[in-house]
Amino acid sequence: MNTLSIFLTVIITGIILVIGGLGIALLLAPKSDNPQKGEPYECGIPTRGTSWMHFKAGYYLYAILYLMFDVEAIFLFPWSTVVRTLGLQGLISIVFFILILGLGLAYAWRKDILKWI
Amino acid sequence: MMLLNYSQPLELTKLIKWFDNLLRASLPEFWTLLIEFVVVALALLAVYVVVALLLIYAERKITAFFQARIGPNRAGKWGLLQSPADMIKILLKEIIKISRSDRFLFFAAPFFMIVASFATFAAIPFGQSLHAIDFNIGVLYVIAISSLGIIGVFLAGWSSNNKYSMIGAMRSGAQFVSYELSAGFALMTIVVLSGTMQFSEMIEGQRYCWNIFNGHISSLIAFVIYLISGHAETNRGPFDLPEAESELTAGYHTEYSGIMFGYYYLAEYLNMFVIASIATTVFLGGYLPFEIQGWDGFNQIMNYIPSYVWFFGKTFVLIFLSLWVRWSFPRLRIDQLLNLEWKYLLPINLLNIVLMVLLVLTGLTLKDLFGIL
Repeated sequence: MNTLSIFLTVIITGIILVIGGLGIALLLAPKSDNPQKGEPYECGIPTRGTSWMHFKAGYYLYAILYLMFDVEAIFLFPWSTVVRTLGLQGLISIVFFILILGLGLAYAWRKDILKWI
Repeated sequence: MMLLNYSQPLELTKLIKWFDNLLRASLPEFWTLLIEFVVVALALLAVYVVVALLLIYAERKITAFFQARIGPNRAGKWGLLQSPADMIKILLKEIIKISRSDRFLFFAAPFFMIVASFATFAAIPFGQSLHAIDFNIGVLYVIAISSLGIIGVFLAGWSSNNKYSMIGAMRSGAQFVSYELSAGFALMTIVVLSGTMQFSEMIEGQRYCWNIFNGHISSLIAFVIYLISGHAETNRGPFDLPEAESELTAGYHTEYSGIMFGYYYLAEYLNMFVIASIATTVFLGGYLPFEIQGWDGFNQIMNYIPSYVWFFGKTFVLIFLSLWVRWSFPRLRIDQLLNLEWKYLLPINLLNIVLMVLLVLTGLTLKDLFGIL
């Protein structure tokens, strides 16, 4: 059996699971309309304005840092499977790679990006 | 190198072979495959739901014991029917539509959660021949697909148009992407050790010597880091900032009701199971029994226990550990949480990979030292 076709089967099954549950709920669950019900639930106080607005930039900086290291991880994974065959040469070249990325982290650390203000 | 052990009387290997041969003998190729796919999908679905219900029950009961309570004990014997009853109840609840929400994204979000957790769940080897998806890039596949779940969380928080949901989603995003790195690097350390990313090969390579023993110091560090970051990825325990109920009502799923909320609940428990079972597979030998080379009598006894019992046993030990941590530590602050990842776990992890490469290249792993297989 082809692994890819099982993967597709699994994805379709997951989607069917969600649709099935929603379908059962639509058939069986009660429905009632009330303008109060549609209000966002913020612990009883009427909500003010929208929540789609500017947000703290700190989260964004972490996302950028994550991007840097995630791309590194993509490069490291193929290397990690063939470490035994590459030997010492592979280790030395990858240590340089890791060092450069470590420098990136050190720079971010020095610039106080890792400090939550 | 497949050392399949057919003498074990309780394995399902023979049953699966018999079923396959039966279908092939009586039906054409296409229908055989179709029926097999449907059977695999239904079996996975059944295990998925049963594991989730069991976990919810176990969590409530164990939590109750930690807090010197009794826990659920009314529905059925020892409250065993409590979680099925909850499931039926949650199916019958109204799905409230929020008037100012982004309706399309609001309904799309649970799909990401469930599909991501279900697709990673299918890649887990539950026992001998009980393995649906076996890609040759298994580890990478699990990391990639499981990180799709965060899109569901983020869409849920964004589309609800609720400030608490929004803050919860933002925190969850920052937390998840940070700890995703550590989990990935910790698994990479073991990929260096075993030289393959395919789960079946990785497990067969652990016969007589699990990876956690094989790479001694380095494996232990990676194991601890993986447990911490896996725990943080599932938004639980001391890392449950995205749904801190005292600050954010319920976090990103505040506006979800009925079965829509149920899906988030399901996916959260299943993610906990997936994290524990990946740790089992990668570090603790998966479904393999605990064996010591040379001790034949001991190995025979250990071998008599079926592989799926070993797998679920190891996994539930890790889940118990996660519950123990959850109910023992107070919640962290967001800056402490991010500091733990970026200032401690990530640098340690990068050094750990180099240490593991040195161990492998200088032949200091246990297998090389003692000449096991």
